[in-house]
Order: sequence, then structure tokens, then C-alpha cells
Amino acid sequence: MNGEAVLEIRHLSKSFGKNEVLKDINFSVHTGDVTCIIGASGSGKSTLLRCINLLETPTSGEILHRGENILTRTEVSVAPYRAKVGMVFQNFNLFNNMTVLDNCMVGMLKVLKKERKAARETALYYLGKVGMAPYINAKPRQLSGGQKQRVAIARALAMEPEVLLFDEPTSALDPQMVGEVLTVMRALAKEGLTMLVVTHEMAFARDVSSHVVYMADGVICEEGPPQELFGNPKMQSTKDFLARFREQ
Amino acid sequence: MSLPSGFLERILFIIQRYGMSILRGAGSTLLIAVVSTAIGCVIGLLVGTVQTIPVDQKKWSVKRVLITAIKGILYAYVEVFRGTPMMVQAMFIYYGLLYAGLDISIWLAAIIIVSINTGAYMAETTRGGILSIDPGQAEGAKAIGMTHWQTMRSVILPQAMRNIMPQIGNNLIINIKDTCVLSVIGVVELFFASKSVAGTYYTYFETFAITMVVYLILTVTFSRILRAVERKMDGPDSYDLASTDTLAHTSGLYNYPGRGYTDEDAEGGDRK
Ligand SMILES: Nc1ncnc2c1ncn2[C@@H]1O[C@H](COP(=O)(O)OP(=O)(O)O)[C@@H](O)[C@H]1O
Ligand SMILES: [Mg+2]
Repeated sequence: MNGEAVLEIRHLSKSFGKNEVLKDINFSVHTGDVTCIIGASGSGKSTLLRCINLLETPTSGEILHRGENILTRTEVSVAPYRAKVGMVFQNFNLFNNMTVLDNCMVGMLKVLKKERKAARETALYYLGKVGMAPYINAKPRQLSGGQKQRVAIARALAMEPEVLLFDEPTSALDPQMVGEVLTVMRALAKEGLTMLVVTHEMAFARDVSSHVVYMADGVICEEGPPQELFGNPKMQSTKDFLARFREQ
Repeated sequence: MSLPSGFLERILFIIQRYGMSILRGAGSTLLIAVVSTAIGCVIGLLVGTVQTIPVDQKKWSVKRVLITAIKGILYAYVEVFRGTPMMVQAMFIYYGLLYAGLDISIWLAAIIIVSINTGAYMAETTRGGILSIDPGQAEGAKAIGMTHWQTMRSVILPQAMRNIMPQIGNNLIINIKDTCVLSVIGVVELFFASKSVAGTYYTYFETFAITMVVYLILTVTFSRILRAVERKMDGPDSYDLASTDTLAHTSGLYNYPGRGYTDEDAEGGDRK
């Protein structure tokens, strides 16, 4: 745990119809933390991130953002909250009608109401950080998967969020492109960006994170510092899950 | 001058004597078709966009009731005008307006009828165009804090518009051809003009041979123009790599989090 709590998730549950996907989830994200969420496919990791960003409405529970419960907010004030909690998706979700530069600028112009010049500078700065500055004039369809994901990261960073959520950012990539995205993410972690990362990259979770959360069937099974969770897991299901990964 | 006997001679004869009135008819056809297609696209864009406004089915609100009611009315509009022939609509609207004491010009009536009709088709096309854009992009926009309308305007509609361009072209071509049904309310467009010319000397075959060619020239020209517009919308196939000196690189150390706004902004407070 580094600084103060940015996000606190309390008794969060989410059902799709009768299917209870998240059950009483509790954890918090502190400034400077890199929290990795691991767990089998279908265990509710994406749903959890989507709830945190309000892409899904939780069925019950609280999400405190700097102490304020955002679930009681009206529709109108959800957008400013979302602007502070960035999200990087598995499938990039870039705007196909815009160039790389415009992808990174549109949020600053429309949501943060920045001046064009300032927005451009910020966009260029973050595109530079992810190594995509030379591609400002390209459209998403003209980029490789790894390049798209790096632009998506720059787009999220350009909003200068307090927390950045990553939902399996490398799962849709060809193996040779995974590295370039992970390198960027490692650098961001080093700089102190607060990150909440759903990933199957166990090496990344082990080396980069300050906290690891293992989820199974919609509940947090076990959580702790990476040395403990990977080195000395307490729960049988965590051991089984990690063992399955080692075999691969 | 009396009517020559050969086919080609007759064609030339008609062109010389009545070329102008056929051209005027073609001009009317084109004017009505282009203006009405444009207005119809705007109507369709609005209706289709409203039809895709998400409503939260769980929460009760005035807004939700209002949107549902408007959607119902728009749905009825689309069904009525897609489900009845334009010729019948022309009679119904023109004589209906007369009956109601509104003596509008035949031109205005023509444009209203074709616009409303096109709007009904374009509404469905637009709705489909919007739904065809992968919802991931809308989520990407939401995730950076864009509202539904900002997302629509900046992300979804530009792509939906590009995707429905072939349909807009289709509608324009259909309108160029189908304005001929407006002759029932007395609009002197290409078909009406041709019929008058043909009737004078009883040269139906020859005149309508000319009319066929004129319609074909109009439709082919416009489908070419629209193709060019589509290509323009697609932009270049390749891109230039920006060189480092064109990039105004900013430097300096950046501290996460919260650079660029103060905690007060984060709380939604006023700037000091
Ligand atoms: N929109 C939805 N409607 C219904 N069920 C869903 C929806 N999204 C996810 N689920 C279900 O929730 C469960 C958890 O999914 P997800 O959060 O995507 O898991 P993970 O990201 O860990 O693989 C799955 O069983 C999935 O089928
Ligand atoms: Mg997932």
C-alpha cells in the first residue's frame, strides 16, 4: 500500500439476470499501487473492471472514489468520474474514424475542454512515451495490434487519470507484440502510475505489481503482495490455478 | 415543319423542337430528387439517431417516458411511409393539404412528399448504420468520459454515415427515377414533360427512347459522383511517418497522479 486510497470497493455484487457474477467484492486501490487481478476465464475479472468504470451498473455495494460513493451519483456526473478512471481494453477500442493523434486528443477537447494546442502537446507527449509519436497521422486500421494497444494506452494517459484500468491488454495480441505493450506498462508502473491490471501474464504480475488479487467464481479468493501470493499461496484453489500456469 | 419518317430523323426532330422542354423536365426531376434526398437524409439521420438513444428500462423518469413516446411516433412514421406507395402518398398529402385549406405550390408539395418518403427509408438505414458500429468504440469513448451525444457526434455517426453512403446513393437514384410518380399531382418533371412531347406528334417510342437515355445519364452521373465522395471520405490508404522535428516534443518530469488538474477539480469544485 502506497498513498491514500483512490478507490475503495465495498461489498460489490453484480448479477446478470439470475447469474451472480460478482459476490461481495472488497478491496481498495491506493495511489501508486499496481494491483494485478488474476484468475481463470469467466471468474468475473472484466465485469469487476467494467463495474469500477461504470460500464456496468453494480447490483449492490459501494464504489468509493476518494471517499465519495459514485454509485449514488446522477447520470450527469458519471462522465467526469470516468475521465479520472481510465480504461485500456482487450480489443483496443480505438476510434476508427480518427487518426492516432485525434484519438488521443478528442477526450481532452470534449471532456476536459482543453485548448487545441495544449491538447496536442499532451497527446504528443504521451504518444512519445508509448513510442507511437511518429504514427500520429495513421488511422487505427493501418496499425498492428501492439501499436493499436500502445495508442490506446496513450489515449487513456492523455486524460491524466488517477487510476488506469487494464483489461487483459495483451490477450488479443500476437505473441511477438506482447512484449512491446508490457514494456510500456512496466515503464508506467515505474513512474508511479496507479494501475489496476487484469492479466494472464504471470511474470508481469509477479515482477511489477505491489498487490495481487486472485479471483475465482466471482469472489476474491486470496490477495496479498506478489511474493506471498506467488511464493506461498494459502488457498488450495490459488495453488491449483498457479500450478496450471506453470505447466504451460 | 412536318414529322420525318426515319427513327433517327425523328429523334433529331424531337430534340431540335422539344429538347428544351425535355431538359427542363430533367432539371425539375434532378432538383426535386437532389433536394429531397438531402432533406430526407437529414430527417433519417435525426430519426435514426433518436431511435438508438439508450433508455434505462429500470429507472422511472420523465425523460424515459418522453423518449419512449417520441420513439413510438417515429416508428409509426417510418412504418406508414415505407408501407405505402409514394404515388398514393402524393395524392393523399397534396389533396389533403388542399382539403385543409393549405394551397401550397406543387413544387413544395413534391419536395415534402419525396423528403418524407426518403426520410422513412433513411431512418431505418441510419439506425442500422449506427448499430453496425462495434459497441467497443462507444465503450472506449465512455471510458474517457464522453457523453452519449459526444460519442455519437464524434465517433459513431461519422462512421455510420460513411457506411450508409452507398444507401444514400441508392436513395438518390431511386428518387431520380421515382419522382415520375409526382406527375399524378401535376409536377412537370422529366416523365410528364416527355409524355407531353410524345403526345403532340404521337411519337411515344422515339420520345421515350430519348427519355430513357436522359434518365440513365442522370443516374450514372450521380452514382459516379457519390462513389468519388465515398473515396474522399475514406482518406488516403497510406500515412506519412511524422519526423521528430515536426513533433513539438515537450519535456520534463511528469508525476502521476493528478497532473494537469488540482484536487479541487477532482472534487468538481471551482477553479481558484
Ligand atoms: N453482459 C453480460 N450478460 C450476461 N452475462 C455476462 C455478461 N458479461 C459477462 N457475463 C458473464 O459473467 C461471467 C464473468 O465474465 P467476465 O467478467 O467476462 O470474466 P473474465 O473477465 O474473468 O473472464 C461469465 O460467466 C460471463 O458469461
Ligand atoms: Mg475478461
